[in-house]
Amino acid sequence: MIFITETPTTGAKRLAVKDNICVKGVPATAGSRILEGFVPPYSATAYERLEQVGWSLCGKTNMDEFGMGSTGETSAFGATRNPVDATRVAGGSSSGSAAAVAQGLCEAALGSDTGGSIRQPASYCGVTGFKPSYGTVSRYGLIAYASSLDQIGPIAKTAQTCFEVFRDMCGADARDMTSCALAEDFLPTQLEGRVKGLRIGMPRECFGAGLDAQVEAAVRSTAQRLQALGAEVVECSMPSFSAAVAAYYILACAEASSNLARYDGVRYGHRSAAAESVTEMYVNTRSEGFGSEVQRRILLGSFVLSSGYYDAYYKKAAAVRAVIRRDFAQLFAQCDLLLMPTAPTVAPKLRESLQDRLAMYQADLYTVPMNLAGLPAISMPCGKNSAGLPIGAQLVGGYLQDARVLDAAHGFQCAYGWEGMGR
Amino acid sequence: MKQYEIVIGLETHVELATESKIFCGCSTQFGAEPNTQCCPVCTGMPGVLPVLNERVVELAVRAGLALGCSINLENRFDRKNYFYPDLPKAYQISQLYAPICVNGQVQIGEKTIGIHEIHMEEDAAGLYHDPFLEQTRVDYNRCGVPLIEIVTEPDFRSAAEVVAYLERLKERLVYLGVSDCKMQEGSLRVDVNLSVRAMGAAEYGTRTEMKNLNSFKAIARAIEVEARRQIERLEAGERVIQETRRWDENKDMSYSMRSKEDAQDYRYFPEPDLSVIHLNKAYVDALAASQAELAEEKRARYVAQWGLTEYDAVTITAERAVCQFFEEAVALGAPPKECANWVMGQVLRRRKEEGAVEVALAPQALVRILQLLDAGKINRGAAVVVFDAVYLGGDVDEVIAQQGLEQVNDDAFVRGCIAEMLQEQAAALAQYRAGEEKVFGFLIGQVMKKTKGKAAPEHVTRLLKETISALQ
Repeated sequence: MIFITETPTTGAKRLAVKDNICVKGVPATAGSRILEGFVPPYSATAYERLEQVGWSLCGKTNMDEFGMGSTGETSAFGATRNPVDATRVAGGSSSGSAAAVAQGLCEAALGSDTGGSIRQPASYCGVTGFKPSYGTVSRYGLIAYASSLDQIGPIAKTAQTCFEVFRDMCGADARDMTSCALAEDFLPTQLEGRVKGLRIGMPRECFGAGLDAQVEAAVRSTAQRLQALGAEVVECSMPSFSAAVAAYYILACAEASSNLARYDGVRYGHRSAAAESVTEMYVNTRSEGFGSEVQRRILLGSFVLSSGYYDAYYKKAAAVRAVIRRDFAQLFAQCDLLLMPTAPTVAPKLRESLQDRLAMYQADLYTVPMNLAGLPAISMPCGKNSAGLPIGAQLVGGYLQDARVLDAAHGFQCAYGWEGMGR
Repeated sequence: MKQYEIVIGLETHVELATESKIFCGCSTQFGAEPNTQCCPVCTGMPGVLPVLNERVVELAVRAGLALGCSINLENRFDRKNYFYPDLPKAYQISQLYAPICVNGQVQIGEKTIGIHEIHMEEDAAGLYHDPFLEQTRVDYNRCGVPLIEIVTEPDFRSAAEVVAYLERLKERLVYLGVSDCKMQEGSLRVDVNLSVRAMGAAEYGTRTEMKNLNSFKAIARAIEVEARRQIERLEAGERVIQETRRWDENKDMSYSMRSKEDAQDYRYFPEPDLSVIHLNKAYVDALAASQAELAEEKRARYVAQWGLTEYDAVTITAERAVCQFFEEAVALGAPPKECANWVMGQVLRRRKEEGAVEVALAPQALVRILQLLDAGKINRGAAVVVFDAVYLGGDVDEVIAQQGLEQVNDDAFVRGCIAEMLQEQAAALAQYRAGEEKVFGFLIGQVMKKTKGKAAPEHVTRLLKETISALQ
């Protein structure tokens, strides 16, 4: 299923909103049973700003529970199938949002990206998904997974539409202390599609083992096509890349274990019926309400924060994060943008990924570093494989270089079409 | 018999006197209907975020400066994670790794008490246990009220030192406007960490933590009882168990709440929803320069500048509202000594009768009364009548005119009253002239009655003496 809650609407600006982004008066589930019955009395700032410029809600979309998943299969409401091939996953965690755009059910959708949850489903469904620089879009009203990594972002067919949505919802918010304004020269009113003169780096660590051959070919072809538009493409290196997935899972799960502790059945949502004490109520409510992936990550997160393990895991992961930030900064001193695949494969078959969770986590390797460093990144369709399944190429910019990223993608799409099929 | 030394450290939670809560705009006012001062942020709803109230930082810095602390120009919030019904997010936003103030000291007499640190944190909800329905209800009004926690070094060696420190702490924080420090309303809460050791021992003994101490008296008593309990255990060859104990005032003893085995692992980590707080030196300096004068500073000034006695100064500064009234009246022109007497006498009396904290009387009114007294326009008796009449509001001169309280200074009138009185009180006069000094007071009183209280007693006294000596 694509929509958890449908709110049929007409007009040319239909907006599908991921069900972890609150809209006042509309049930919000975050893909979980534990929020059964919860209707937020407030809207996310990002949604309010878009509503003000004429977007109207067409539905709340399905997602991996609390954003924890890369296939759309951990939703308590059932998996979201890929519109291109119904035997395959739509990706995650913004599964419904990407599928809704791909299926033409809306002109744009909002997703959230903590470790790739906008970009990866966009690449699997063959649409464009943009993760903004951390802080540029208010997180007020976004049901938190990992506070220092989460960002709300747009999914649409084109980078142009993504830009318009981003432009209209970004900016400092008094309700979010981690939000910031984009200075005037960092946020143009229009995109130009300028690719000529850009120096684009391709980190060699992103083209190694585990990368599907056809995906690699499509991304390398994207590099050539960008060159044809006047960009300079160079090879570069980012050694700390290999540590990113481990650091990400430690930090994200740690923050999640704390962010999800408030779901206890006391004030809203599901409350277990049979309980003789408060502790029993907490335990039963959470055991009944959370799916297994969420429980797994809460346990992992609690462990890495616990006394005796904090230094070895959490603190160390935070140090790795600082190294990744520094390495990116060095790269962006040499390059304007980076180019790499969004995911190592095309959309897997349903249930395939759940066989080996560690492998599923490892597949996030191209997307999590940008969350750790708070960088803007876009996934744009760059071709299809021999089975007709979409492939996504990812462009990454330096911190607050959101316009540059969107503009380059726009330039590519103007020349080669929004599906990136042009030669 | 072995001699033991008591070692005490205090953790004091102080509710800050801000208008709104630490991370949201809800009111902090005490005594409202349950769950009427809360919002999605302070009730931990999904997707909401904390936003820091700047005034909390200001008051925390002011408290730190007044307690001799260094201010950490870069300080941070951390999450303290645990599950309990009074904690809606299941974590408390506090400061562990980088608290806002460190390394202070407070002088109590000859003794210096070290302040280890002061940090900001949010309060939890209020839990109300209904024994009849066997229910516990949660009131989120208190959730998110800003607190500072003041942690001392284990420098106390007696209950007397602890109480002296708490009195000094409370006075300073009240005068700074940091908190109203009312234990009965929960804006001042004290936890006592206590251990004992043989006199002269180098190591500290095992300590216990005591909670639910609701007055300075209870604290002193609990210290005494706990020290004795620990000593008795050690004397009996047993060890003191490290635990948290709850003081029961009615039973005059404490009970174990939880022991080290049940101790929580709070899984502290930096709060990602709040940025690091960067204070610059100019900000701290500006606060230091604009700190309200402390009570102890005022007392010294009253004695040095205005010649008040220590006793006067202590009495006036015992309550901030009274002190404020006194200073305002002096600023408006009231002579300090006279004003002090009236404050310690009539103002305190009437304020107590009204059952209020504030002084209702307008300072200007007292100034006017003192002026008129000094000019001989009214006498003392009339002054008190006017005072009571205008205490809750009203114009001094109007009341005097309405009630005919002006002093009469006319010699002829007074002599006339004296003459009348002496005629009527011939027997008493004779007694006085026969040598009974005491009767003079009676005679004065009778004349005052004839003047309907309008004459000045000194005037009457003088003329009466003259008149009587002239009789022969």
